[in-house]
Amino acid sequence: MNFPDNLRYTKDHEWIQLLEDGVTAVVGITDFAQSELGDIVFVETKPVGTKVGAHAVFGTVEAVKTVADLYAPVAGEIVAVNEALDAAEIVNSSPYGEGWIVKLKVESPDAVAALLSPADYRALIGE
Amino acid sequence: MPFIVNTDADRAEMLRKIGVGSFEELVVDIPEEIRLKRALDLFPAMGEPEVQRLLEQLSMSNSSTADHVSFLGGGAYDHFIPAAVKTISSRSEFYTAYTPYQAEVSQGTLQAIYEYQSMVCRLYGMDVTNASMYDGATALAEAALMAVNITGRNSVVVAGKLNPYGYQVLETYLEASCERPLVQNVIEDGIGSVESLKSLVNSETAAVIVQQPNFYGRLEEVEEIGRIAREHGALFIVSADPVSLGMLEAPGNYGADIAVGEGQVLGNAQSFGGPYLGIFTVKQQHVRKIPGRLVGMTKDKDGADGFILTLQTREQHIRREKATSNICSNQALCALQAVVWMSLLGKEGIREVAQRSAAKAHYLAEKIAALPGYSLKFSGPFFREFVVETPVAPSKIVDALLPKKVFAGIDLAPFGESGLLVAVTEKRTREELDMFVQALASLA
Repeated sequence: MNFPDNLRYTKDHEWIQLLEDGVTAVVGITDFAQSELGDIVFVETKPVGTKVGAHAVFGTVEAVKTVADLYAPVAGEIVAVNEALDAAEIVNSSPYGEGWIVKLKVESPDAVAALLSPADYRALIGE
Repeated sequence: MPFIVNTDADRAEMLRKIGVGSFEELVVDIPEEIRLKRALDLFPAMGEPEVQRLLEQLSMSNSSTADHVSFLGGGAYDHFIPAAVKTISSRSEFYTAYTPYQAEVSQGTLQAIYEYQSMVCRLYGMDVTNASMYDGATALAEAALMAVNITGRNSVVVAGKLNPYGYQVLETYLEASCERPLVQNVIEDGIGSVESLKSLVNSETAAVIVQQPNFYGRLEEVEEIGRIAREHGALFIVSADPVSLGMLEAPGNYGADIAVGEGQVLGNAQSFGGPYLGIFTVKQQHVRKIPGRLVGMTKDKDGADGFILTLQTREQHIRREKATSNICSNQALCALQAVVWMSLLGKEGIREVAQRSAAKAHYLAEKIAALPGYSLKFSGPFFREFVVETPVAPSKIVDALLPKKVFAGIDLAPFGESGLLVAVTEKRTREELDMFVQALASLA
């Protein structure tokens, strides 16, 4: 399974990547999460402008057999929602690319650095 | 009631089949301290003829529409049910009150529910109908919860006169989820005042609810009410009687986001108040927030048509406390009776039932209004039900007509209002209507 080195990870199976501006971060679910959920049919998030705390639920991912909550890796404000998610299966096919979920304007960039490294996350899922 | 065999030999066979030696071994997991260690405190045993006589005597003390002329309405109506409804719905392949738990094994049941959903969608002019809910009142309450959930707002406004029992169910459901109680606009001439509604609906309103026809049988100004709801971004919830839709505009055509109704009138007997059938329909964009079960159509691996329960992932057995609602059942048998009734009558038949009911109700209303001492309480349009102001207390009229095998209607005094609520269905004959008018005249 693929866990890119340039991303940080959470125990809730999200990934986050701080962009070059240093305050905007892209959030999605990990390759492991999409594979555990199976065929994803619908993604729903809170609207742009919503402020979320760290670990707060900001949406849901619905697969054929289950629904999982999405947890914010760090505190911030939702500044963009991926409109391509109308075709939710892209989360399965490209969890780190086209299948990103939201962009957050993060409160503290340092909080991102404090999250799990790819090695820590691999250890967490027993890989 | 069929005779169910249950001999010692049968019980031994059942125990053997499941691999336990005795009844005691079967219940070994039940802790000693909670076991009842004496015989049940029951009446002495009776023989079968005695039991039958007792039950017959008890049932004869009921008064029902089978041998009474009924003008009772207020949410449950005496429409005609063709014998074919019972014949088809009581077939052993269909006859269970249970929602299927291994649903896809029961293709026939799922298909019947699918057809029910499709017909109700057409009747209400809506995109999606669920497999049914407990009754009209709980469907209405679930609609309000759904609106609170979708909009993230807390205030629910009632426009016009809801059935008072429906109103109470709504209050009970909302108590736990809303910070503020229901808001009700002013009622004038038996309908909600649109002017007074304007000041009640604002950016905190989750939903505006209207019942059409309303509790008094009167027609609310639904288009204007819907416009006010939309203006403030509130959802528009309509509780509509399905038979009335044979004549009246479908809620989907005047902007309802959610439309609900009491489905008893679709081929289900009044049965002293239940079991009934809650109709629940939404527009497509709300499909993932709909409570309850939904049957969909798909193809199996060989490409043949098949039916499945769909969008189940938001239900209680998967989402637990985060489920969209706590309903994970439906009124399959009542919905089956409804779909058989609708199939037998068809579009034209339902229109005819509505038109005949309305025509007879208007005939009766005119005759009663012409009687000395009697008048119609409200002046505007109504469907098959109306309120009469009477020269003697409505309770006296109800009591006086009961021995004549007539249910005169609903006395509104227990609701803190004057008048007798009279409903007329297509079943009433000219003779019955004229007899009722005469009986009222003699009481004046």
